[in-house]
Amino acid sequence: MTMSETLLSITNLKTRLGDAQHPIRVVDGVDISINKGETFALLGESGCGKSMTALSMMRLLPPSGRVVKGRVEFAGINLLSLSEREMRGVRGGSMGMIFQEPMTSLNPVLRVGEQIGESVRLHDRQLRGSVDDRVVALLDAVGIPDPARRAREYPHQLSGGMKQRVMIAMALAGRPKLLIADEPTTALDVTIQAQVLKLLKGLQQETDMAILLITHDLGVVAETADRLAVMYAGQIVETAEVDGFFQGPNHPYSRKLFDSLPDSRKRDEKLAVIEGSVPSLDSYFKGCRFTERCDVSSDRCHREIPKWRQLDEQTGVRCLLYAYDAMLPGQKKKQDTALHSPRRLTQKNLLNVQDLKVHFPIQKGIFKRVVGHVRAVDGIDLSIPKGTTMALVGESGCGKTTVGKGILQLIRPTDGRVQLEEDELTLLKGKALRRRRADMQIVFQDPMSSMNPRMLVGNIIAEGMQAQRMYNREQRENRVSELLKQVGLSADAAKRYPHEFSGGQRQRICVARALAVEPRLIVCDEPTSALDVSVQAQILNLLKQLQNELDLSYLFITHNISVVSYLADQVAVMYLGRIVEKGNVNEVLENPTHPYTQALLSAVPVPDPNHQSSVIQLDGDMPSPANPPSGCHFHPRCPVAKKNCATEYPHETQLSDSHHVNCWLVT
Amino acid sequence: MPELVILSTDALIFLLVILASGFTRYASKREHLRAPWREVARSKVGMGALLVLSCFVTIGLLDSIHYRPEANGNVKESAEVLSLFDKLVTPLRMYQEKTYSAPLAAYQYTKENTELADGTTRRDYPRLEYGGSHLQNVEQEWGSDIVSKSLLGMSKGLLFWLLITLLFLFWRSQRNSTTIGSVLNDIWTFQTEIPWRTLLFTASVICLLGFWAAELSTYYHLLGTDKVGEDVFYQALKSIRTGLLIGTLTTLVMLPAAILLGIMAGYFRGWVDDLIQYAYTTLNSIPGVLLIAAAILMMQIYMSNHEEQFASLTQRADLRLLFLCMILGVTSWTGLCRMLRGETFKMREMEYVQAAQAFGVGNFTIIGRHILPNVLHIVLITLVLDFSGLVLAEAVLSYVNIGVDPTMNSWGNMINSARLEMAREPIVWWSLAAALIFMFTLVLSANLFSDVVRDAFDPRLRSSR
Repeated sequence: MTMSETLLSITNLKTRLGDAQHPIRVVDGVDISINKGETFALLGESGCGKSMTALSMMRLLPPSGRVVKGRVEFAGINLLSLSEREMRGVRGGSMGMIFQEPMTSLNPVLRVGEQIGESVRLHDRQLRGSVDDRVVALLDAVGIPDPARRAREYPHQLSGGMKQRVMIAMALAGRPKLLIADEPTTALDVTIQAQVLKLLKGLQQETDMAILLITHDLGVVAETADRLAVMYAGQIVETAEVDGFFQGPNHPYSRKLFDSLPDSRKRDEKLAVIEGSVPSLDSYFKGCRFTERCDVSSDRCHREIPKWRQLDEQTGVRCLLYAYDAMLPGQKKKQDTALHSPRRLTQKNLLNVQDLKVHFPIQKGIFKRVVGHVRAVDGIDLSIPKGTTMALVGESGCGKTTVGKGILQLIRPTDGRVQLEEDELTLLKGKALRRRRADMQIVFQDPMSSMNPRMLVGNIIAEGMQAQRMYNREQRENRVSELLKQVGLSADAAKRYPHEFSGGQRQRICVARALAVEPRLIVCDEPTSALDVSVQAQILNLLKQLQNELDLSYLFITHNISVVSYLADQVAVMYLGRIVEKGNVNEVLENPTHPYTQALLSAVPVPDPNHQSSVIQLDGDMPSPANPPSGCHFHPRCPVAKKNCATEYPHETQLSDSHHVNCWLVT
Repeated sequence: MPELVILSTDALIFLLVILASGFTRYASKREHLRAPWREVARSKVGMGALLVLSCFVTIGLLDSIHYRPEANGNVKESAEVLSLFDKLVTPLRMYQEKTYSAPLAAYQYTKENTELADGTTRRDYPRLEYGGSHLQNVEQEWGSDIVSKSLLGMSKGLLFWLLITLLFLFWRSQRNSTTIGSVLNDIWTFQTEIPWRTLLFTASVICLLGFWAAELSTYYHLLGTDKVGEDVFYQALKSIRTGLLIGTLTTLVMLPAAILLGIMAGYFRGWVDDLIQYAYTTLNSIPGVLLIAAAILMMQIYMSNHEEQFASLTQRADLRLLFLCMILGVTSWTGLCRMLRGETFKMREMEYVQAAQAFGVGNFTIIGRHILPNVLHIVLITLVLDFSGLVLAEAVLSYVNIGVDPTMNSWGNMINSARLEMAREPIVWWSLAAALIFMFTLVLSANLFSDVVRDAFDPRLRSSR
């Protein structure tokens, strides 16, 4: 890349949060420079100061936050010295911002067009013609079909992907030179994510704006960014060009991030984990901030704060391994990458689900007349052999979670059969069902909300045993400490409250709680999607290890394909309440047959910038399950749909013993 | 030996005290409840208001220990029931004049015919029997006597305050093993966790006012006398108990219904929810005053028909008060119930509730273990906020004669009687003024305190700090 003009340069930015006596150093000396027209990615785990850096430069910090030092120069102006009034002109003007959550970023009582129009009126100085025309042009630019009609609609009439497009249109209203995108696709499904990323790329080429992309997803970085900076505990630890970075990252932290990504090639080994969590930022650091979690650290790392070292024009790193008087890597801590012992597959099915249906009635009027049904789950068949993992994959809203809850009888199915060994669960009631609940458990997505904040961890874990009348009080206490050790926590955790633990630790507690009643089936409902990559690896290792030890079966509900390829034995792909394709994991992932599976897999960003992928773009969003399309549910979005796809639902075609697909193209 | 009399409201108020101390024990063991209270303890306004409130509560509690005094050596003879508080302020209660007299006056407010020694009658303001009766020559001595008594009272207050302050400082320096000087410095510069400086300052004001009032009211009627010559200051003090009772017992009555029904509606949904919802929307659409009036009038008729059931006037008035609390409770549980229903709706979708369901935990165990503790802050906030509203409601109801028994001391009754007094020429303003001052102080401090409690407990406010 040629040396182009610098658009934004941040020098030694320091931001503090909280009171003056015990400040939290959320941003602690960050230097970034972004050139015109490039995409710069800021990568890091949650809580390491990525968003705070962006908020500091926009001067949008929360009330207790303040910038104590540093300079932010944007297009030749020092932003930190502007008055609030002048700053308002910059925000949304030459500097646009889009947020993670498109659902809450739009005002629900104003029409979309009015909200964009406001932005246009405030910030578009080159406006010729009417505001309305410009709004329509903007909506058109972000690829919204029929923009004139959409401008008159309210946010709730738009889907998630459309709302994010509207947000982008608002940011574009001021013809920004820099667009700050804070996790712009994290809340979106992969197929929508692919649409949005493609849109951002296209807009960048047209308008030559720079993008500051804040993300934790290595795949997204690889697909979109030109340069990147890795942030850790309030500091930049590495900057590099994307190509070089993905070939070989320099900082031990970056390397560990790559190692902890789950992947089909690592199936039989344990994932590398970064032990512990990001250190709390309210303490002074005497040495390197990463040293506690680093596996090549030595004594020197504890004593000496590593200085920034520019390796060449574009790359730099903050690590003593690269200092002028470089130290040798410390004794590599022994990491247990022992192979997971190979699974002995049995043919005996633990769980058999036949034609499971969960419909929710739509009621209207005072007399609650049923006017229709939301067919959340509309007839699915599944069977999980003992000691194996079945992954249920699909976009949000396709009914994955409802399947899990329907199997557990947390939501009573409308129709169909759920057999756990010999017992027909749908017929069980009251006490008999209550007793059977010990055999099947659930681990939820969000470890924050899945534990009662008012209870001690010990009581949380013991709750199930108490409800199942297992053991007496003393035995229960012993079992709790046993379980805590089993999931890798110390026994004294039982006497503490959930909020004292980090996200990964909390998820371990949730696993321990589920294990307490000695279940044979655990439904894992996106158990790692709220966690950072490094922590995700810990949980995946734990789940795999427990499966080997206890011969557990998992129904693993997820949208993350790389987790599936690492963990699952079988995969079922769901679309709008029905399974469209299922089979052994390598059959489905390597040889997808259904067009939806193909599109889904192609949309997953791969952490390799040289990866030549042709993303199969799906238009629009998933239809509502209250009113599914006729024939094959997927046909309105299907790139290869034929005429008869719209008339009749395709029956199941058997491709091999295990591989089934529902599509007219393969019959 | 005086016989202890436990009126029904007394029993309930002490039940409430027991419940409150039980809750304190419960809360002190749980960090999530202790932390917000610590927040309250750090607030200057909150602690100042709490001190004022606790003075009111002390008077109210003292006034709630009733006994039957010995009369002519026989307990049974006496129909009168007194409280510990009456005993403490006996002179106030006993010094009854004939009719109106102005605050601190030595003469009656109205002219009267008096027969002189020579047989002629004269129409003049007579001297009061008790107020200022120690004065030989009223015209010359009155002013200076008031000033000197005020100074005496205030200096007594000051001395008392200095004494407790010194004791407190000494205790604190012993505990922290530092010098009194450094403790004082810490307090003065707000280095302590609890704002002791504010508390000590509030205490000084209370001491000064309290001793001043005590000193003067032993010689004069501090706030004058009413139509039948009763001391207004005494009436206002006695009204404290009524106000507190209405404010607290009502919530005690409504709490079980509101909590149980609210949570059940939110948790079970379906027809249970429909039923409870219809019940409270129906109740809400009947004007509350109408319901209260109907109930109180029915009660009145019942009481006049069954007089034999009530041993004393006090007991009769007490039952009416209790009934008023109940009927106020019946009309006021709907707000809290609705709030709890909404919160439970949200709560039952929480994953830990579903996890408990997946374990086969029973519904009522889930409600008790997972839902109730997580909505308790709402209950607490509502209770504290409702208190001042109920105190004011009592005044309004008594004003329209459907409140407490007319023989019972209450601010509402005082205001009610002031209606006629304000129409006199020259007007009698002190009954109204006394009621207003006391009510204002109580309600203001309750409101300030409840604001602080709400701020500390409301999770939305907490996260924005």
